Amino acid sequence: MRIFGLSFKVIKTLLTTQYAYMLEYRIEIALWALSGVLPFIMFSLWSQNDVGNTFGLNDIGLARYFLSAFLVRQFSVVWVVFSFEEDSLSGRLSPYLLQPLHPLLRYVAAHLAEQATRLPFALAIAITFFILNPSSFWIPSLPQVFLAYLSTHLAFSIAFLLQSLVAALCFWTEKSSALERLIFVPYLFLSGLLVPLAAFPSNVLKVAMLTPFPYLINFPAKILSGMTVDIFNGFLAQILWISILIPSVNILWKFGVKRYTAMGA
Amino acid sequence: MYRYFKTIRLFWSTAFASQLEYQLNFLIELLAMLGTLLGSVFILSLFFTGGRQLGDWTWESALVIQGVYTFLDGLTNALLRPNLTEIVNYVREGTLDYVLLKPIDSQFWLSVKKFSFAGLPEIILGLSIVFWASIQTGSSFSIYSLSVFIISLFIGFIILYSVWFLIAASSIWFVKTWNATEVLRALLAAGRYPISAYPIILRFIFTLVLPVAFLTTFPAEAILGDLKLHILFFGLMLSSVFFVLSRLFWKFALRHYTSASS
Repeated sequence: MRIFGLSFKVIKTLLTTQYAYMLEYRIEIALWALSGVLPFIMFSLWSQNDVGNTFGLNDIGLARYFLSAFLVRQFSVVWVVFSFEEDSLSGRLSPYLLQPLHPLLRYVAAHLAEQATRLPFALAIAITFFILNPSSFWIPSLPQVFLAYLSTHLAFSIAFLLQSLVAALCFWTEKSSALERLIFVPYLFLSGLLVPLAAFPSNVLKVAMLTPFPYLINFPAKILSGMTVDIFNGFLAQILWISILIPSVNILWKFGVKRYTAMGA
Repeated sequence: MYRYFKTIRLFWSTAFASQLEYQLNFLIELLAMLGTLLGSVFILSLFFTGGRQLGDWTWESALVIQGVYTFLDGLTNALLRPNLTEIVNYVREGTLDYVLLKPIDSQFWLSVKKFSFAGLPEIILGLSIVFWASIQTGSSFSIYSLSVFIISLFIGFIILYSVWFLIAASSIWFVKTWNATEVLRALLAAGRYPISAYPIILRFIFTLVLPVAFLTTFPAEAILGDLKLHILFFGLMLSSVFFVLSRLFWKFALRHYTSASS
């Protein structure tokens, strides 16, 4: 069986070596997990100021939404542009390009391994949240968990492809990580990390739904927290964005590699 | 003393020259900054739907806080982030040795070596928002309120610098915890909103444990003429304690520095 043209053995080796590597950086990854507390800060603001009712969420609904948003973010965080820029500037990319393995797939494996390392820390933070807000405790149904899991993976894929697009610009400019800010800013405000999108005025919401960002946090978080959500259209939009982004990354990458000058080598 | 001013001038003029090479960067930062500001003001406006208030702050006075936050964020991007995030690299690569050998205070050298000019527009824009929004609230400035404002901004900056430097300095022992500053940055985002909008426990934490209140809420109260004098004095004491602590901790950390790869 081959996935993305890779044999099962290659995939297993990639994942286990990356996982072993990530395990060495446990403390660092725990701190990254902790730096995702923004949804909790926002939760305390929205519930303290009683704004939830205006968009149809009581305190328990808000708590569940923001905890879900936190979890979705934990498993869809992407940092490929930063590793790629470092590898590109230090010349480490040259050997990767010679291997019969697309360099981006190596970063995919690194991300998946990091998510596995993150899991216990994210769960510990979630348990702490339940201890502080016992009334918000809930166990989502099995189909909910499955659908949320699936949509979080799709969200990760969209985020990864978006950032790979920026990373491929490394072939043209030395500081493409600066460009990443231009994706991060709309992501921060339109993804639903700070507020459920239901709170947006309808004209802003319409514009936001035309971007990929609401499908990165808002959609999976709504499934997980048990809010009513248009599952079919949500998944359709996620798949649509992925099918637009994959060829774009491929084309940009192909042109980029031709310009590669092996810096630092 | 003169020597230090001359060194800063040299540092920043070379920084300016090297950044001229990356003019596109400047443009990107500008765009990102405007986007961030637009987004934050939009999110803030959601709290005020239906004529409500945010922790007894009106819309205009909450904008003053956004202004102060933008100003401090600009200072962070211009001065703190470029310098203090480098410390761990010096430790990891052993190049801290060269810094320690220089005939100038090492904490000074590490804190002002770089200056990112892309942070300047944010600093100017932040201050403009502060003044524009406080005129909108109908408050009038006096020499007194302006000087209290400047002092409280100074207090806020010193606290921010000291906490950040303390964390960065701990990388002498724990190289792997360098991204603890990211946790700090995430918590500082709480400063976009007035401290009275938070639940009691967080209010306590953000005033005494991680003094976010001194960074944005109190300077905003100062320019609006609402800041109580005893808070200002407390802030002066707190910031001095933090600064002295960062200094002592650095001296202590250096005694444990064992150098790397040499």
